[in-house]
Amino acid sequence: MSSNLYDFSTLTGSIHAALSGMMSSGWVVFTELVLIGLLFLLFYALLGLFLVYLERKVCAIIQNRVGPNRVGKWGLLQTIADLIKLLLKELIPIRKADPILFNLAPFIVILASFMAMAALPFAKGLQAVDFNIGVFYVMAVSSLGVVGILLAGWSSNSKYSLIGAIRSGAQIVSYELSVGLSILAIVVFSGTMQLSGIVESQADGWWLFKGHIPALIAFVIFLIASTAEINRGPFDLAEAESELTAGFHTEYSGIKFAFFFLAEYINMFIVAAIGATVFLGGWMPFHIGNWEGFNHIMNYIPSIVWFFLKTFFIVYLIMWFKWTFPRLRIDQLLTLEWKYLLPISLVNIVFIAFIVLMGWHF
Amino acid sequence: MNVLMFYLFSGIILIFSLLSITTRRILRAAVYLLFVLVATSGLYFMLKYQFMAAVQLTLYAGGIVVLIIFSILLTHHITHRFKHPNLTKLLMGIGATTVGIGLVITTILSHSFKAGTAPELPVDMTVIGNQLLSTGKNGYILPFELISILLLAAMIAAIVIAKKENNKNSEI
Repeated sequence: MSSNLYDFSTLTGSIHAALSGMMSSGWVVFTELVLIGLLFLLFYALLGLFLVYLERKVCAIIQNRVGPNRVGKWGLLQTIADLIKLLLKELIPIRKADPILFNLAPFIVILASFMAMAALPFAKGLQAVDFNIGVFYVMAVSSLGVVGILLAGWSSNSKYSLIGAIRSGAQIVSYELSVGLSILAIVVFSGTMQLSGIVESQADGWWLFKGHIPALIAFVIFLIASTAEINRGPFDLAEAESELTAGFHTEYSGIKFAFFFLAEYINMFIVAAIGATVFLGGWMPFHIGNWEGFNHIMNYIPSIVWFFLKTFFIVYLIMWFKWTFPRLRIDQLLTLEWKYLLPISLVNIVFIAFIVLMGWHF
Repeated sequence: MNVLMFYLFSGIILIFSLLSITTRRILRAAVYLLFVLVATSGLYFMLKYQFMAAVQLTLYAGGIVVLIIFSILLTHHITHRFKHPNLTKLLMGIGATTVGIGLVITTILSHSFKAGTAPELPVDMTVIGNQLLSTGKNGYILPFELISILLLAAMIAAIVIAKKENNKNSEI
């Protein structure tokens, strides 16, 4: 169906063939590992810079301001200037802190987001690793990030940090359930956990449209729960500026603070990418059932463009939430999860299993 | 490459297991334990049993260790240090460990390891799911239910272990 879409595996395959011609197989694997690692590092850094810029612009538009507009065209270089400032700042060591854990914490947070990114399908054939448990892997790896936050809060030996970390821990641990269950809803629909398989199963329509109302409910729950899981407003009480100075990263400065900041934005991208892949078809173009002509025209837009369009749509939604809703209290936050989202998603998943059993979905 | 990775992971597991029982700071012990568990899941990834690896990551690294850290956060202050154990405890511990190591090593040495000749089976999610909830031959329904009790036990154990004792070092 999507035969005229460009398949990136031809490009990666030709690179692999060229490398194999030059050196032995062991070195080929090694070189490819280094190449992919460098690519991801570059992508990670650029994406972080761009997302921070985007956040400031979106915030400015919502608040009827102009936003960054001095450094570079439309202020595009503003975040690079910020990055240079952060790199030059002094790293302040904390007396009476636990130095090993204090320095380790930002790396755990970064590592978790890095590992989650490895499994994302960016375009047709463009995926670093395609596990047969892809969705589960991303969930598992991103749950490691909370360890970094908890360590940061505890090892800073500061009350603000500790309160922030405990709030954040309670929040992430509870909202993880709803994220998992809402993704599981689509896993039930598509019958596979492999990310490429989930994308392929949406060749005749996205699950958001094919899965009737339960898929829509799952999507809304996914949006709410994942916004909470990445500690963003209105669920940002882990770093609530007005009460906790900066929450778990109060004591961090310079590049270590930048790591937390960067990981937060990358996590937002990962969550959006997972949402786009699972509910909105990932890199799959907008297809409607058997409308061959329409589908064919849609295929002229490259798959990588589709992926980033959908992902940034969800990123925009998450940013929109932050600048629209006031922050929740901790008891409201936990009530929302345990009394509303979790029961709804549990009932929803049973309902979806029934739909799939009866074969009512498209 | 595989051999190299195996030694890397085993090295991490051995070193951090030792560190986690010798450190006197409780949260560091928990973090070293986390490294051990993550390295173990690395071993599963090497075996291409990704389901097991992801379960290891979610359940142990993301679940139990987070629970342990969380309860430490609530109950211990950063200045807390474990006291060195007294001599009888130390000797008894060493004795128990020696017996354990002896048992494991004799078992490993007496067992003749043969490379499997059976073809590699695809580890499909549907196969795992069906097998987990099957009550028939080789079904795993009973262990599956027992695991939920194990998780409950782990939660209770984490609370008991991290429970605050009356120590004079603490500032609070």
